[in-house]
Amino acid sequence: MNGIRRLPLGALVAAFIAFAWPAAATDASPPAPGFTLANRAGGELSLTALKGQVVMINFWASWCGPCRQEFPALDQIYSKYKPMGFAMVGINVESEKADAERFLGKTPVSFPILFDPDNRVSGSYGVSAMPTTFLLDRQGRVRWQHRAYKPGDEAKYIEQIRAILREKS
Amino acid sequence: MQLIRRSALLLLLLPLPAAAGVLPEDRADLMYHYYDGGGVTIDGPSLLVRKKFAEKYAVNASYYIDMVSSASIDVITTASPYDEERTQYGVGFEYLRGKVTYAASFSNSSENDYDADTASVSISQDMFGDLTTVSLSFTRSWDDVTRRGDATFADKIDRRIYGVDVSQVATKNLIFGFSFETITEEGFLNNPYRQVRFVDPDEALGYGYEFERYPRTRTGNALSARARWYLPYRAALQADYRFYTDTWEIRGSTAEIAYTHPLDDEWTFDVHYRYYTQNGAEFYSDLFPREDFQNFLARDKELASMQSHTLGIGVGYEFKPAWTDFLGKAAINLKYDRIRFEYDDFRDLRTTGFAPGAEPLYQFDADVIRLFFSGWF
Amino acid sequence: MSLGRLAATALLLVAAAGCSRLEPWVKPYERENIADPIMAWDRDPVSSSYMRHVYESREGARGAAGASGGGCGCN
Repeated sequence: MNGIRRLPLGALVAAFIAFAWPAAATDASPPAPGFTLANRAGGELSLTALKGQVVMINFWASWCGPCRQEFPALDQIYSKYKPMGFAMVGINVESEKADAERFLGKTPVSFPILFDPDNRVSGSYGVSAMPTTFLLDRQGRVRWQHRAYKPGDEAKYIEQIRAILREKS
Repeated sequence: MQLIRRSALLLLLLPLPAAAGVLPEDRADLMYHYYDGGGVTIDGPSLLVRKKFAEKYAVNASYYIDMVSSASIDVITTASPYDEERTQYGVGFEYLRGKVTYAASFSNSSENDYDADTASVSISQDMFGDLTTVSLSFTRSWDDVTRRGDATFADKIDRRIYGVDVSQVATKNLIFGFSFETITEEGFLNNPYRQVRFVDPDEALGYGYEFERYPRTRTGNALSARARWYLPYRAALQADYRFYTDTWEIRGSTAEIAYTHPLDDEWTFDVHYRYYTQNGAEFYSDLFPREDFQNFLARDKELASMQSHTLGIGVGYEFKPAWTDFLGKAAINLKYDRIRFEYDDFRDLRTTGFAPGAEPLYQFDADVIRLFFSGWF
Repeated sequence: MSLGRLAATALLLVAAAGCSRLEPWVKPYERENIADPIMAWDRDPVSSSYMRHVYESREGARGAAGASGGGCGCN
């Protein structure tokens, strides 16, 4: 009787293992949806203003642990590649600014932070994980998407950024 | 004394893997627990530490002591008060790969007449865009039962628990949870000290005692559902219901409602009410008509027809400790619960002047206090 | 409930998991309230496992008391 009891459980465990899937990074080259969002530094920022540069867009929230973890790495990448025609924006998806401001007070970054409180831009980009990072080429096409974040993923970001920076316009 | 026995292993269900996708934060909790009710006082420390590595692996360790001072109604009427200590330790491991968390844990509980080893494995997965988390778990335990003052007595219990747990995000402000567990035990399931009573006109009290006799198997099933709402002004309300049934014909229902109210970012207040009702085991009786009345005999109030009501409150204060950089965040919590246990067919034998079977029904109140310090690092 | 029913229910869940193309109706960026620490099923595991133990050693019913999963749904 005990052996028979173990059988369905074993089958279920095997099935769950089969369903495990890691954080996905996919390649796609459609044009990136445009946006104009409020800039934390004041005024507004449009995607069109960044055309001609390689752009990394990071969708984040202060309640998301991996998003918070990722920020220092993103700041380092921004500082390093900015002189080479690289731009980065962090789009905050929270409905109110208070928690994001508190987090940024403790973990300041130098790249622009934009606010998408009604999640229209998140929706248009099809954000399906928190955080999600998009990499756009100089023509404004989405070349690479990375869902989720684990320490060490920044190495993949750097690899992709350098590849696109090397391309001729 | 085995008053904690069977449930000792269930403390092992301590750290269930949280949402697959992200491992829970590193933390350490040190708690002082205190129980006083029905003539029994139990207190002691409880320590839990967990740490993750590379966001892929996590380990946890726990240490727990019950210091028991027992003058419970059973002890007073059939034995003498005693002091005892039970120690429990546990270790657990988790491995996160993508959306799946694999966990394994082991714990041991020991006191002078009871030793239990428990091993558990579980697998947990996020699906449907992380709106659903499903966990499967299997627990196996091996208990060794002995009797103080009787070197010839030794027996065992073999226990298996299969569990399924589903957590479902329903809306932006509402989550549901469902659990099912089946517990199957085989071995010496009663207490080697406890006795039942039967009508005996030859005895001064009008009743005599004999040792209890339980079946050597017991299978129980529990099914529960819960919902947690996020209230717009930032508070949470939870409702729980659980139904239990087993082969001893015990049927138990539990209903609980809990409210959590944070204030600023530092204070959190909790209040909850829990109601439990059960009907007694098929072979339970407060007073059997004669000696050796049937195959199985029980007079454990835990198996009687009973209800319990709990009202509990808690307050917590979160702060950033100035005295160390190691802890990013810390909290101190105090929780108090008052439980009333009422029995429909268990009588208070400490009273005098009543005919056997006419003594007042037993009931008692218990105070349960938890004071703990938590640190996140 | 028999173990056969348990297996059937769980297998149904596995089959359902195959329908992972289902679009989540609460998007990952809308999980702000659910990710709030006060929405955790079990904020203080040390305290709740102790209370579970207090009840299970004094009541006949056991099991299905824990809750796991949910949370921010990140990664």
